[in-house]
Amino acid sequence: MARTLINAPSTALRGQVIEVRATIGHPMETGFRPGNSGELLPRNIIQRFSCRYNGVEVFNAELFSAISANPYIAFFVRAQDSGTLVLRWDGDNGFTQSESVALTVTG
Amino acid sequence: MDSTSPSTSSRRRVLLTSAALGGSVLLISVRPAKAATVGDLASVVAAYAGGATVSAGKVKLQVSELVDNGNVVPITITVDSPMSAASHVKAIALFNEKNPQREVAKFVLGPHSGKATVSTRIRLATTQKLVAVAQMSDGSFWSGSADVIVTLAACIEGEV
Repeated sequence: MARTLINAPSTALRGQVIEVRATIGHPMETGFRPGNSGELLPRNIIQRFSCRYNGVEVFNAELFSAISANPYIAFFVRAQDSGTLVLRWDGDNGFTQSESVALTVTG
Repeated sequence: MDSTSPSTSSRRRVLLTSAALGGSVLLISVRPAKAATVGDLASVVAAYAGGATVSAGKVKLQVSELVDNGNVVPITITVDSPMSAASHVKAIALFNEKNPQREVAKFVLGPHSGKATVSTRIRLATTQKLVAVAQMSDGSFWSGSADVIVTLAACIEGEV
């Protein structure tokens, strides 16, 4: 399990646009870099990031080698109903991780 | 003195030819690696738009003009859109000019997003141009670009 850091408000007003910021610990090895032996190190990146809000995908991102190590992604979501945001990262070598954050919507 | 001069001149000639050979070998070995099936920026952007016209405007890239460390370049892309069910940004793609691979990231948004802004941190191999292309719900494509000067490049160092 890679370490993640997710920053999102726990409460919001209905219709309010909230920012979700997420970072995950991952080397994001590009596949273009030679190692000590001179051979190229095999690519190991996160290819896809997605956010589901109460089961509906509200954001996704396809990532490439040009994304920095420990990928950071920030995006916005409009708060509609109380529920959970499920953030999911999928990558090379079968890497997959998901984290969820609760969101309480008032008003 | 006379006896040594031919030998030095021949040695010099040998050194010169070997240097020239080495230089040409280096050129030959570098060229194909660089040209390996990576299209230029304009053609990659055109391919992403799928033949539709890409107009300039509506897309803003917030990135510092002078980057100290190419390994971590914070960037924010903002698209001018009301983000309503009728009119919203469907997708944003970010491309670069001189990295080994043209694509940087492709984001998919929708009316749920509320605000067409995404931020991330990217790698840049050298001083170059970045282009972000946004696809709107009406099928139009808009683009914005930024020129970035990179002092310390990413991907040049080996394994840490």
